[in-house]
Amino acid sequence: MISITVNGRRVEIDSEMSVEQLLDTVDVPPNYLAVEINADVVPRETYADTIVRDGDDVEVVTLVGGG
Amino acid sequence: MSIASTSNASAETDDAPLVVGSHTLASRLIVGTGRYDTMEQMRDSLDASGSDCVTVAVRRERLYDRGGKNILDFIDLDRYTLLPNTAGCYTAADAIRAAKLGREILKTLGNPGADWVKLEVLGDSKTLLPDPAETVAACRELAADGFQVLCYTSDCPVTARRLKEAGAASVMPAGSPIGSGQGLLNPNNLRIILEYLKEDDPDYPVIIDAGVGTASDVSQAFELGGDAVLLNTAIAHARDPVLMAKAMKHAAIAGRHAYRAGRIPKRLYGTASSPAEGVISTRPYGSNA
Repeated sequence: MISITVNGRRVEIDSEMSVEQLLDTVDVPPNYLAVEINADVVPRETYADTIVRDGDDVEVVTLVGGG
Repeated sequence: MSIASTSNASAETDDAPLVVGSHTLASRLIVGTGRYDTMEQMRDSLDASGSDCVTVAVRRERLYDRGGKNILDFIDLDRYTLLPNTAGCYTAADAIRAAKLGREILKTLGNPGADWVKLEVLGDSKTLLPDPAETVAACRELAADGFQVLCYTSDCPVTARRLKEAGAASVMPAGSPIGSGQGLLNPNNLRIILEYLKEDDPDYPVIIDAGVGTASDVSQAFELGGDAVLLNTAIAHARDPVLMAKAMKHAAIAGRHAYRAGRIPKRLYGTASSPAEGVISTRPYGSNA
């Protein structure tokens, strides 16, 4: 088990996984999302190759109404 | 005149379109997408406003308790250029992160708004007034990173000048605090900002952002010489948002027409519209009084 933080919540997952695999676990169209690991944006074209590791701080954001 | 010519503030006239950086917008009204009761009401209000550019915010996705709808299902991405903002950020570093995240989503969506950002770095959560030092720092860094930065700022002319120097594609002074509905509290400062930023650079876009309460505020912003107006709450929290969106559209047209037409100077005394000659009446105080 490894421990990561996703949107401020501590989450235990079985093992390291790619960003692509991580996003497969959520019920949101991936093109509505952007991902940051440890405050750096993960370019979409690298989702399959970018591995989420123990202790990583992951942010998954979308667009909402705003002014 | 074609049917399409009634769709927005610029197309109704021979007015030039609004140009901000590499973006050309048909309407001079930019509207926000926040604070509506429903997504449907937002969609209909955007439509009624005649705008072709709408702002959006970047927020954490509710990954674990998702029951809501995504705003992107209610915005026609072929019709609107999205302008992502950095609302809610209090440091340059956070605003830069938000800008980059927004860009990543818009790139994926294929929306032309991927290369610009509405920079908003707040200094105080009660007044929502911007932090000028953090805003200038973030503007400089984002501009260097290739963003076209539209900077929300106060009505301070000195800060406005600093932001333009820092590379802002547009400076967007507030009429009054965000969501306050107080209108344009210091038109004199806005006049000075327009004079400073457009001196030797008349096409530099200055957008009046925040504080609009009702339609006359929008007209006033254009009458002062503002190139565009950005507003959200004045529509979203009106009793009838769709009707207010229509009012804002017409106010933008009216104010812009009036600015281009040129207002008459204010005079202390009356000047008669009807001829002074040939009147059948007598004057109680003589001919010169």
